[in-house]
Amino acid sequence: MSIMATVKDISCDSEAQLADMIRTGGPFVVTGGGTSRIGLAEGDRLLWTGAQFDYDPGALTLVVSAGMAVDAVSARLAEEHQRLAFEPPDLGPLLGRDGARSIGGMVATNASGPRRVAVGACRDACLGVRFVDGRGKIVKNGGRVMKNVTGLDLVKLMAGSQGTLGVLTEVSLKTQPIPETTATLIFEGQTEVEAVNTMSRALGTPFDITGAAHLRQVADGTPARTLLRLEGIESAVRYRVEALQQRLSDLGEAAVEWEAAQSEATWRAIRDVTRFVGVPGDVWRLSVTPSEAPGLVAAIAPLDVIYDWGGGRLWLLMSAGTDVRAKMGKGHATLVRASDETKRALGVFPPENRLVAQLSKGLRQKFDPEQKFNPGMMG
Amino acid sequence: MDMPTPNPDLLAQKPKLVAQLRAVLPSDAVIDAPEEVRAYECDALTAYRCAPLVAVLPSTTEEVAAILRICHQMGVPVVPRGSGTSLAGGALPTADCVILGVARLREVIEINTSDRYIRVQTGMTNLSVTAAVESDGFFYAPDPSSQLACAIAGNIAMNSGGAHCLKYGVTTNNLLGVTLVLADGEVVEIGGAHMDAGGLDLLGVICGSEGQLGVVTEATLRILPKPEGARPVLIGFDSNEVAGACVADIIKSGLIPVAIEFMDRPIIRATESFAGAGYPDCEALLIVEVEGSPQEIADQLARITTIAKRHNPVEIRESQGPEESARIWLGRKSAFGAMGQMGDYICLDGTIPVGALPTVLKRIGELSEAAGHMVGNVFHAGDGNMHPLILFDANEPGQLESAEALGADILKLCVDVGGCLTGEHGVGVEKRDLMTHQFSPADLEAQMAVKDVFDPTWILNPAKVFPLAVSAGRRGAQ
Ligand SMILES: Cc1cc2nc3c(=O)[nH]c(=O)nc-3n(C[C@H](O)[C@H](O)[C@H](O)COP(=O)(O)OP(=O)(O)OC[C@H]3O[C@@H](n4cnc5c(N)ncnc54)[C@H](O)[C@@H]3O)c2cc1C
Repeated sequence: MSIMATVKDISCDSEAQLADMIRTGGPFVVTGGGTSRIGLAEGDRLLWTGAQFDYDPGALTLVVSAGMAVDAVSARLAEEHQRLAFEPPDLGPLLGRDGARSIGGMVATNASGPRRVAVGACRDACLGVRFVDGRGKIVKNGGRVMKNVTGLDLVKLMAGSQGTLGVLTEVSLKTQPIPETTATLIFEGQTEVEAVNTMSRALGTPFDITGAAHLRQVADGTPARTLLRLEGIESAVRYRVEALQQRLSDLGEAAVEWEAAQSEATWRAIRDVTRFVGVPGDVWRLSVTPSEAPGLVAAIAPLDVIYDWGGGRLWLLMSAGTDVRAKMGKGHATLVRASDETKRALGVFPPENRLVAQLSKGLRQKFDPEQKFNPGMMG
Repeated sequence: MDMPTPNPDLLAQKPKLVAQLRAVLPSDAVIDAPEEVRAYECDALTAYRCAPLVAVLPSTTEEVAAILRICHQMGVPVVPRGSGTSLAGGALPTADCVILGVARLREVIEINTSDRYIRVQTGMTNLSVTAAVESDGFFYAPDPSSQLACAIAGNIAMNSGGAHCLKYGVTTNNLLGVTLVLADGEVVEIGGAHMDAGGLDLLGVICGSEGQLGVVTEATLRILPKPEGARPVLIGFDSNEVAGACVADIIKSGLIPVAIEFMDRPIIRATESFAGAGYPDCEALLIVEVEGSPQEIADQLARITTIAKRHNPVEIRESQGPEESARIWLGRKSAFGAMGQMGDYICLDGTIPVGALPTVLKRIGELSEAAGHMVGNVFHAGDGNMHPLILFDANEPGQLESAEALGADILKLCVDVGGCLTGEHGVGVEKRDLMTHQFSPADLEAQMAVKDVFDPTWILNPAKVFPLAVSAGRRGAQ
């Protein structure tokens, strides 16, 4: 799926050089690994290749170049039995892109996976940023420490800004220990209403559910599955699995997946929306309150759906060109995968209320007055 | 500490301002008598006081909007106020300002336990939010020590934290949506009950904006199921270095305690004579708390004590039940009171990388000795958020100034080792003039640019956060 007309690739690894290039050139399409961009934009591909890596496992913090590959970072963290807890998705396969997703792209898209229900989103793990804005100014905000309320929080603003405010060069992130044990509770054959109810009940227990998802029945006969993930020290997970089963005993028997590798594969597939990879159709991502989700899905009638975040995040597979937004109440819908034509017609990012749109536009004007970055992408 | 000279034109327009406010508010919601506005002359940073021109106490978002329209039109600065417990002077008035207090906005709007959120008006106190959902088995996680008094409004404005934020995060990690009244009186809805607000993260930048971007009147907050139980262990060491190393080892072990609190010798002694919690007389104490079922707690505490023993502690006291837990927490919880008993104190709030703990404590000791002010350290060790308490005698001329100078040196030290000026109390006026130590002109310009967008004429809490010289041109635009 081609989205942008690349005139040329520009890559650099010094902030001063980057700032200079921004001042004199543009427009740019800010690019990390090129795997996760969903908005439309045109311009020179701007790649940042700095290699900063400063990791303090005893403080659970990491300062890393935005240009580094997420997988390379994860591998380094794993050596210390740590990880990025928010489980950043790899949407490359879904979007038909190859390339290694980067830390910058992860932060710019606020990429957050199933564990978001327990540990927060990518933005919640972001402690600091350095970036170069559209006027070529080098700005830092936040820092490398866990708690920081010094001045306005531009870290959050940059996270999820889709590269429209500046080029991230460096990010500080919170890391988390990898738990000893993972188990997944599996209920089969629940309806979507039942599933969301199950997930809400589970998330309402004190057992620290770190994933709650529901998948429809598959054509090959695999029944619908409602999945609940528990992680922690082994004795705790054993206790919680049992306690959770007891609390949900009116829902019938749940199978338990104790095999860590199997659990990992299951949750990775949910994280990366693997179910829709290579399947024709548009892919939408919805953010809603869980209890409204089944009704909304029934009204929209998608070809297929994945309920993640206990029903708070929905991945919908739709016939090409269908608009789901008309059916939305509260919450919002992002068009993640579609033809350029459909994206242009329907818009990738959800429409905003008048004042939010005005404030967002005002911010983009301040940070990128000449619209050098991903022009037109977010509105 | 300087504040801008009050604008004489505004002072002269007080009668007109009061008349306009009275036209849109119930009569008891406009306070203008000089002896009555004095009730709003300071927050918990009591060393600085200044009565405002007028104080208003709206009861609805519409009233807040009407007030802001008037102030915006007349160019009157507005200082939002929750419960006035800010330790940074965030709610300190100027003589030409309107204090806009949200204390009458106290309704619970909606509780939804299946989607795990609560929608409240922001004048509600932090603790009353938890109280509203407690019977359903839920709680609101950020728990500043001031939670009995402080309002959600101030929590959002300061992005407040608490003892348990190691596990649950601070306010920004638990905030889903707000109703924000902009400087010109427009009312904007940001985010909602869904988990991911979409678009630019305006919510993220509003949280912690110290009343400078708008007045928050309603908030949707994430609520969490209450843990089954919690128990602490008390561990004493004969050196700060070793205690610091123990903290790092606990964190690296893969356990995630809900709290790791640290007290140094001056604090241990002060709290012992004040509260008599029965702490050992040692150099450094840790309180590590874990949550879960009784078995889970026992397992985690066993692992923590194993780690601690490798560091030759002088004492390990594992709580066996609620009473012992309360005793272990007693000293920590009365630390501020104990220091207050010994004199006046300034409470700092710098954050440092956890690894720098021993160096920083040592250096604070040296600075304290050189300055002739006793400093006690009590803080959230798991996340490096320090709370050095500097003792001084307010009645002794020059003492406040020298204590403040010591405070500034300690905060600069925090920045120099890779940390920051404030971890949870905010900048306010207290750390305003140190901002240039942490940020470059371009960094500050980028932050002020955000304020320009939300509040183009800089009427909202304009004399805070940014050094006056840095913000002068913008405030002049009024
Ligand atoms: C004994 C004591 C212990 C404390 N412990 C902690 C602690 O553990 N953790 C911690 O983080 N803090 C702590 N604090 C600091 C303080 O309680 C917090 O900063 C708190 O969030 C302030 O809330 P408040 O309602 O009192 O706000 P105020 O003091 O009234 O105001 C604080 C700031 O918020 C702004 N503001 C108020 N209302 C609004 C609104 N509606 N819209 C926009 N802006 C607004 C004000 O302009 C001001 O800048 C403590 C304070 C005391 C006195």
